Amino acid sequence: MGNRTPLFEVHGESGGKMVDFGGWDMPIHYGSQLEEHHAVRQKAGMFDVSHMTALDVTGEQAREYLRYLLANDVDRLAFDGKALYSGMLNEKGGVIDDLIVYRMPYGYRVVVNCATREKDLAWMGKQAENFKVTLTERPEYAMIAVQGPEARAMAAKAATPAQAEVINDLKVFEGREVEGWLIARTGYTGEDGLEITIPADEASAFWKKLEEVGVAPCGLGSRDTLRLEAGMNLYGQDMDEDVTPLSANMGWCVAWEPEDRDFIGRKPVAEIRAKKGWDKLVGLVLEGRGVLRHGQKVVVEGVGEGIVTSGTFSPTLGHAIAMARVPAGTTDKAQVDMRGKLVDVRVIRPSFVRNGKKVFE
Amino acid sequence: MSNIPAELRYVSSHEWVRLEEDGTATIGITDHAQAALGDIVFVEMPEVGTELSAGDDAGVVESVKAASDMHAPISGEVVAINEALEEAPELANTEPYEGAWFFRVKPSSPAELEELLDADAYAAVCENE
Repeated sequence: MGNRTPLFEVHGESGGKMVDFGGWDMPIHYGSQLEEHHAVRQKAGMFDVSHMTALDVTGEQAREYLRYLLANDVDRLAFDGKALYSGMLNEKGGVIDDLIVYRMPYGYRVVVNCATREKDLAWMGKQAENFKVTLTERPEYAMIAVQGPEARAMAAKAATPAQAEVINDLKVFEGREVEGWLIARTGYTGEDGLEITIPADEASAFWKKLEEVGVAPCGLGSRDTLRLEAGMNLYGQDMDEDVTPLSANMGWCVAWEPEDRDFIGRKPVAEIRAKKGWDKLVGLVLEGRGVLRHGQKVVVEGVGEGIVTSGTFSPTLGHAIAMARVPAGTTDKAQVDMRGKLVDVRVIRPSFVRNGKKVFE
Repeated sequence: MSNIPAELRYVSSHEWVRLEEDGTATIGITDHAQAALGDIVFVEMPEVGTELSAGDDAGVVESVKAASDMHAPISGEVVAINEALEEAPELANTEPYEGAWFFRVKPSSPAELEELLDADAYAAVCENE
């Protein structure tokens, strides 16, 4: 038996098929991964993401600590509740994890991945030794992501009037605390929606209310196809400690300015950036038959070889899509070794579907 | 618990075989197999006229989750393929024993038919997985 989230019992009642995910018993789907995917693109779906690790960073040097720890700059957070996506790099510039940090009235809330929990906590703890900060895990909370074009409207129906007001009012990448919940307009699907941090003992009742107003329970299967269509990275597949943010399509969230901000990994990544020619993370499109899969070899004629980091069948587009790490000189064509056969694919920027629509030509 | 019709024969690689009155054999994948694969999005069939030996790769079933080889449960020449299934692969999830047959062969080795599993024996295979 693995770890169980506060919603474990409810998943059983909703017909969830449970699998082991990083030591947690989590639902992979509740019947059909495809139907759950479409529910999120067309209406609203919800995910139990309580297995992710939430921790608070407090103390008089919380800001200085995070400005040293993260490649993105928490000084970009202009007001309480504002959220920022960032990589956390090692001394060689490799990505230890990607995370979300919220500015809070008391300091900062950081949410990191489940599979990387132990090493993240160890790393963050080690770096904290030189700062006056306190790291506090918040295991007393569950997290529910409600995603889709109708997600906010439906969540508002399931919430209290005060919570509904916040839900209606939030701007993108903003969170707010209300009645003990942290409601944030963030997500991992490419749709509008919310990620709600909620006391564990209130989670099941809220999940059931969401189900009553028509939000579809969705498992990890559709979470993966949705994030891949949206061109969002999955840690451990699309990047890891041997990959710099430049080669993981995360260059946009490295804050080079101000120049005098020292952050872990800055120097090695800046050196690579100055030389140019780093591998890049691209999108692949296969309009014919077959499905691109993680680990398949990519061949770019006259340039070199790469690898598919994440691949799947795109339920929205009806054909295979993938993310792949390829040499810098790759342009718009490549081939993928699919079960021994070289198949032509198109190379695009790694973003396929946003807000229900195809986003590439 | 998966559906295992008593009138069909099976192999442990999760294909089913139905012996037709005209002497041909119709082949598909079992309910247990489709449930394990999840939503099926592509199927690749052997060409009509192909001579298959038992155990040969006879096609590919791709679900959102994984690609899986389909094996020929018996030897014989492929005499028909289910084009409707190529067009609507999700049939393999919804009706694995009716609409979603894959292909039909003319068996070349009658002895092999005796070695196929009956429903009880196949149920035991599934239970032990």
